[in-house]
Amino acid sequence: MVNTTIDQPIMTQSEFLNVVMPFKDKLYRMAKRLLVSSEEAEDATQEVLLKLWTKKKMMSEYRNVEAFAMTMTKNFCLDRLKSKQSGTLKLVHSNYADESVALQKQLEVNDSVSWVEKIMQELPEQQKMVLQLRDIEDYNYDEIAELLEMQPTAVRVALSRARKTVRKKLIEKHSYGIG
Amino acid sequence: MELDNIEKLLEKYFEAETTEAEEQILRDYFTGDSVAEHLKEYSTMFSYFSHAKEERFTKQVPLKPRVNYYKWISVAAVAVMVFGIYFGKSYQEQREAEYAYLQTRKALGLLASNLDRGTKKVAYLNEFQETKEKIYKNN
Repeated sequence: MVNTTIDQPIMTQSEFLNVVMPFKDKLYRMAKRLLVSSEEAEDATQEVLLKLWTKKKMMSEYRNVEAFAMTMTKNFCLDRLKSKQSGTLKLVHSNYADESVALQKQLEVNDSVSWVEKIMQELPEQQKMVLQLRDIEDYNYDEIAELLEMQPTAVRVALSRARKTVRKKLIEKHSYGIG
Repeated sequence: MELDNIEKLLEKYFEAETTEAEEQILRDYFTGDSVAEHLKEYSTMFSYFSHAKEERFTKQVPLKPRVNYYKWISVAAVAVMVFGIYFGKSYQEQREAEYAYLQTRKALGLLASNLDRGTKKVAYLNEFQETKEKIYKNN
């Protein structure tokens, strides 16, 4: 019998890097949105990229490697958060304190911008992710629905709620003048 | 005219009904310099979004899996153990066989020497037989 399938050449390191480079920052930003601390987000991103590299033989089968990697990142971070909650570890918040100091220095000029970051931190995870993917990473609704494994209508509902909450809290802060 | 349009888009934006192109218009407007006074607070939001997009992953992309290292060590350990048990067992068997051989030799040696002593005694019986036959012949 003749084997008609063409053998996929094994991906080299540089080919892998070419595939991964365009979206590695997006993975990191998503991980940071969920885990808050930069170090944890870096660890998570490395973990996801490593998993992707070990699965490189299957990579040609995925229609969209970026979406797949993003879903992996989401699942990885949510698992992290879950295990942290059950282990009553409050690393997120202690790290956040250090990190926000650095961020405030960085944003001395327009520190009201960092309010938005704090407000986003208070959103439920799903709204956080939808807002991140739409307003920061510019994904379209179908892509978001696919990579968050949600219904497209649910994506719009979550997005609308997230945007409205940010607006509400921002207006509150403006009128009370809390910095 | 343009402000009217922006306000309408904002309304759609908060209902999550804007298209990507419309959101781009909003982003351009609010990150620009000519934002209307009563819409100022929205510019915070949009400038944060474009600011957040600048963040980069600066760590190296890992290509050497660390986990496999431990996996191979355990494989090697198991192999060493299996060989150890296998050769250790055959060595043990060899020693046991040698011991059994020595014991058997010793036992056989004992038997042989005892048999030797026995035949010597039987020699006396022979003497008796010969004497007996001499007596019979003489009769």
